[in-house]
Amino acid sequence: MDILRKIGATAASAAITLAASVLISGVPQAQAFPDKPVNYIIPFGPGGESDITARHQQSFFKDKFGQDLVIAYKPGGGGAVGWSQLNGMIGDGYTMMGINLPHIVVKPLQKDVGFKTEDITGVYMFHYTPDAIVVNADSDIKSLQDLIDYAKANPKKLTMSGSGKGTANHLAQVRFDKMAGVKTTYVAFKGTGKAVAALLGNQVKAEWGYTSVGAKHEGKVRLLAVAMEERHPKFPDVPTFKELGFDLVSGAYRGIAVPKSTPEDVRVKLSEMIGEINADPEFRKRMENDGMALLDVGYKDLDAFVAEQAKAYEAAAREAGVIK
Amino acid sequence: MTGLDYLWQALTPLNILLALAGVVAGTVIGSLPGLTATMAVAVLVPITFSMEPASALILMGAIYTGAIYGGAYSAILLNTPGTPSAIATTFDGYPMAKQGDGDLAITLACVSSVVGGLVGAAFLLGLAPPLAEVALAFGPVEYFWLAVFGLTLISALSEGNLLKGLIGACFGLLLACIGVAEISADIRFTFGSQVLLGGIETVSALIGLYCIPVMIDLVATPDRHLKVTQKAKGFRLKEALKISWLGKFNLIRSSVIGTLVGILPGAGGSIAGLVAYSEARRSSKRSDSFGTGEPEGIQATESANNATVGGGFIPTLVLGIPGTPPDAVILGALLIQGVRTGPSLFTENGAIVYTFIFGLILATVLMLPAGLIIGRYAYKSIITIPKALLVPTVAFMTMIGTYAIRNSISDVVIMIVLGVVGWFLNRFGFSPSPIVLGLILGRIAEQGFVQAWTIGAATEDLTGMFFGRPISLVIIAFTLISLFYPLIRKRWSTAGGTANAD
Repeated sequence: MDILRKIGATAASAAITLAASVLISGVPQAQAFPDKPVNYIIPFGPGGESDITARHQQSFFKDKFGQDLVIAYKPGGGGAVGWSQLNGMIGDGYTMMGINLPHIVVKPLQKDVGFKTEDITGVYMFHYTPDAIVVNADSDIKSLQDLIDYAKANPKKLTMSGSGKGTANHLAQVRFDKMAGVKTTYVAFKGTGKAVAALLGNQVKAEWGYTSVGAKHEGKVRLLAVAMEERHPKFPDVPTFKELGFDLVSGAYRGIAVPKSTPEDVRVKLSEMIGEINADPEFRKRMENDGMALLDVGYKDLDAFVAEQAKAYEAAAREAGVIK
Repeated sequence: MTGLDYLWQALTPLNILLALAGVVAGTVIGSLPGLTATMAVAVLVPITFSMEPASALILMGAIYTGAIYGGAYSAILLNTPGTPSAIATTFDGYPMAKQGDGDLAITLACVSSVVGGLVGAAFLLGLAPPLAEVALAFGPVEYFWLAVFGLTLISALSEGNLLKGLIGACFGLLLACIGVAEISADIRFTFGSQVLLGGIETVSALIGLYCIPVMIDLVATPDRHLKVTQKAKGFRLKEALKISWLGKFNLIRSSVIGTLVGILPGAGGSIAGLVAYSEARRSSKRSDSFGTGEPEGIQATESANNATVGGGFIPTLVLGIPGTPPDAVILGALLIQGVRTGPSLFTENGAIVYTFIFGLILATVLMLPAGLIIGRYAYKSIITIPKALLVPTVAFMTMIGTYAIRNSISDVVIMIVLGVVGWFLNRFGFSPSPIVLGLILGRIAEQGFVQAWTIGAATEDLTGMFFGRPISLVIIAFTLISLFYPLIRKRWSTAGGTANAD
């Protein structure tokens, strides 16, 4: 009996230890994500705004979660090459990819680019760079009204540079022209840097740029209006389009997506982690100083957000002839 | 000089170490086809977060300048430009290596790169703010004409083989159209395949068209890769210095060309090397030996492409507009550090800028010993490694390098296909350079043309747009001269009468 009881006790305690060890090892495992470096693929080349914002996140990620965020580039086809391969990657939470609006909406509507907007599993949209109309600091055009007056008096003669076609800049131009009842000429450049150079060199009269242009070229350029809900903290004197009577809130939205095979709990976890970086006051300060606007659209609300934006983009892209 | 007090700040032991490490790493990376300066700098960005901005800049600038020089090794020893900047280096570098003068060619490239780098840095130091205005004076139409100018240089360079050169260039122009168009976002010539969606990546085309044919020939023929002279001759530095002294005007002229082209965002080292090369050939007494192993050719391209480093930093630092792709990455790293570029950078943040410029000069000077030693090692290993080992090693490197550019297996497939196509074309007398230049210049020309046309049409002045701007007219004049120069020269030498170039 005694022996039996002893065995029983040993067995019980063994079972408890086992259970406890499972529990113990189980709990930290869930909390220990990530326990190795996380790959962060940018579907564009290095040096662009998608890269720079990812770099901003990089140092905060390491501080908060103890693991490196490894940035790699997979440029090509305006992001399409990367996004078309995303779902073929391993979905364990250690691979994520930057996503951009309007790109992920407009590209698949143009042609078969190897992915559909629905194929992309976004976990967080963390910021946007608001569209803005930019002129040279010494330009005669002092306000948005001046610009509209000029455009009305000289149909099509107002040339405006911008980054790419079917992009945030281009679609904003199309939407604004319609709202204001004017016709301007959009000149696409490869990247914001070249579009700004064209403005600074007086090759064009104005630019459809971003708030970040105003931050980077402070003193040389003037923002006429920004496409935000409220004024940008860095530019308190620049009105929003809304204040001036144009319902235009738009820009280049950036977020993060994971392969479709990534488990639900990992998606939620990643979403929380990116949200945590976004909530860091120092991170916010740095991003706003660069002219960006922060945004918090988590995993649960992301699909609805993209669908909402997609409507406006699709209409503008059709208007612009980007989608046939 | 305003910034001289910062010279001593640049010369801290840490900065000297960073400059040396950067140049060595850059040279090795640049010598491997496919590993580019842009990538090397991008990999470094996280490391620079914890550094002082000036030290971070010195490290990145040193890697960058080393990589541009390193591109000459594979151009000379394997006929494969490691970066687009070294395309024109293959013209005379590889023939020199074939004749057993590979060591001299590499030493010459090193000396020329140092001279070019110093001239570029000197312009950056002394004249950056006024020169930055040049970048802004160049509008879309100027880029269009510059690219057309570059295309006409192909015709001048393929003298005797003009038709084949032009056919090759047209093939390159067609290749440039594949994929998502850079500015109109149209999807062209992908034939429904996602492999072609990203277009033909320039560096993978370089590797395919230049390196694969060399590899196939190596396997197909029993000869040694490069002719080896009886005994090792050391660095041959004296010889190289003598040639450099004799070619000092060529060196300085090419460096100035390189700096000026470097200032133009979107022109790049390939155009700089090409313009300097053809200018050197035009003005040389030995023009006929260009393309057959003429040291002046190497001097021209290698000094010009390293001068673009300093030149490219001018718009980057003064205007915040990156002059070259590596500059874009460096600019991004600076932004993250909270350093704002712009005209005020030179006054308010003089400590950073001038420390950096002196650091860049230091790195360029260190490139001489570092480059000579690494170059000698590279040369020795290429000539002593048996062919059975050399070919698989290089073939493996080309695959890795091509994949690494965009982490894309499609690029590897495209590279191999272009390589086989290139080998067949070589057999029929087509050289790879016109094809690659068509590929690079086609994109620049297309963008410039579309933008200029859009602006011209909007302002209802298309003629004025294309033919009424002073800088454009100068470039058009150069284009006409380069196009008809062979004809003009012939007439002068035969009839001596007036040249009616029509």
